[in-house]
Amino acid sequence: MMDNKNVLAVLAEFKTPADLIHAAEKVNKEGYKKYDCHSPFPIHGMDDAMGEKRSPLGYMVGIVAFLSAAGMWFFQYWTSAVDYPLVLSGKPLFSYQAFGVAAWAIMVLSSAATALIGMLVLNGLPRFHHPLFYSDNFTKKVNDDGFFVSIEAHDPKFNPDETKSFLESIGGTNVELVVPDDEG
Amino acid sequence: MSIDKTTYMISDKGSLGRNAMIVGALFLVISAAGWFMDSPQFFSSYLVAYIFWLTFALGGLFFTLVNHLFGSQWNIVMRRFTEATMYSFPLLAVLFIPILFGMHDLYHWTHEDVVANDAILTAKAGYLNVTFFTIRAAVYFTIWFFISRTLYNLSLKQDKNPDDKIILRMKQISAPGMILYALTSTFAAFDWLMSLEPHWFSTIYGLYVFAGSFLAVLCFVILFGLNLRKKGYLTDIFTVEHYHDLAKLVFSFIVFWGYMSFSQYFLIWYANIPEETIWYLVRWENGWYVISLIIIFGHFVFPFLGLLLRAAKRSFAWLKFLAIWILVMHYIDMFWLIKPALSHGNGPHFNWMDFTTLIGIGGLFIWNFWNNFTSNPILPIGERRLEASSKFKV
Repeated sequence: MMDNKNVLAVLAEFKTPADLIHAAEKVNKEGYKKYDCHSPFPIHGMDDAMGEKRSPLGYMVGIVAFLSAAGMWFFQYWTSAVDYPLVLSGKPLFSYQAFGVAAWAIMVLSSAATALIGMLVLNGLPRFHHPLFYSDNFTKKVNDDGFFVSIEAHDPKFNPDETKSFLESIGGTNVELVVPDDEG
Repeated sequence: MSIDKTTYMISDKGSLGRNAMIVGALFLVISAAGWFMDSPQFFSSYLVAYIFWLTFALGGLFFTLVNHLFGSQWNIVMRRFTEATMYSFPLLAVLFIPILFGMHDLYHWTHEDVVANDAILTAKAGYLNVTFFTIRAAVYFTIWFFISRTLYNLSLKQDKNPDDKIILRMKQISAPGMILYALTSTFAAFDWLMSLEPHWFSTIYGLYVFAGSFLAVLCFVILFGLNLRKKGYLTDIFTVEHYHDLAKLVFSFIVFWGYMSFSQYFLIWYANIPEETIWYLVRWENGWYVISLIIIFGHFVFPFLGLLLRAAKRSFAWLKFLAIWILVMHYIDMFWLIKPALSHGNGPHFNWMDFTTLIGIGGLFIWNFWNNFTSNPILPIGERRLEASSKFKV
């Protein structure tokens, strides 16, 4: 018997995307929180099956967009009408029409950067390693034809033996306990 | 009104079509009285109302073309809506005839004495003359009619004979059709609207009118779809997911419209050349600034904020309100494009003829739409992607 203290996660394989969706529903219903599904391609309906909440990324981008557009607009007002007033092509100092263009550009730039960085941070990226990479079965199939559910050891409901038998009971095959592997 | 679940035909057409025709004809007769009382007022009102309804047909044609071209699935459940909308060019061609009679009142480049004393108009006379104008209008209507008829007939043929060759054929028609559409709709906007002020020109003008026309048909589909839904039709086929996508398109074209109008304004504001800025000046002085501001905030800022959130795009009540709002703004936008050119320094004024022509042409347009819509299955039942379309998820 393996030493259960070293177990990082339990991994189970499913045959088809549909099986994976049903498995996700059951794992979610069982009350597990720290689990994830892995497939070679996105599966429609997976978010609902896993009970995922909607990402807050849109709100983050929205707030940044409004703040940066307003900030850039105000910044141009301050530079051209307050700090260093300069008449350009006979226009008023506070030419808000012209400020719109740079405000728009900065809004797009900062929103895109927020969307990219926010996406990475919310996904816990970048990272150099993940415990699941200890599983040879996982690394061999997950980008090709394998559909996996993993439940991580720091889930409050986690118990190596019970979790393993639970995943077997919902139809998982090749259920394995993921343990650090010193060879690699 | 009831529907046959296997053929998806509305078996009892109800009285909507007949009532719309009677109301439309009645209001056009009342408007015709205005023709004799005050013909400049009649023609300017008629042109605003005519262009307003024309944009629905042009938007419907674009929506159908672009979806065939991309082979998109999500819109198939509402394809009959846009097909019935675009198949109204014969009616619109007939309703264009009064504009030909009103050219003298509407377009001052038709006045020979004015042109003779004006170097710019003399130079433009090769393009802006009554004969060529009429020929061009005939060409536009012919092209629009043939593209829309071919696509509609292919779609109806598909109902009886589901064959993938038809899908390919629709694509083959749509590719050159899209190029012709872009050219004809741009030049129609130049001819019928921009030449009201023949000294002024803007190359983005056609896209500006196009942006409004696509918004018009999107709002029309939302309103008509919600109306059918309220009566219990297509509730599990034309779902909230489709409305969500329509709302996203409305949102993007609100932004596109804003982008076009700002681009036009910004270049003219920056260069500050009198012959260009005059166009905005007449839309600011004598009280027109009120309409200009209503358009900026009502046609862009409010719908933009109103459609930002996902929940807003999925709320039927809110979408219905916003669709009506945007259509009202679209009418005001067309009013703002046309009326200042003809008001000779007078402020904005809503005449009774503006109202009667709007209802008159609208009544006939709805009658024609309803006839098209109810004469055929309300879904393209021969389309093999229909099932996938109804299960579409955002």
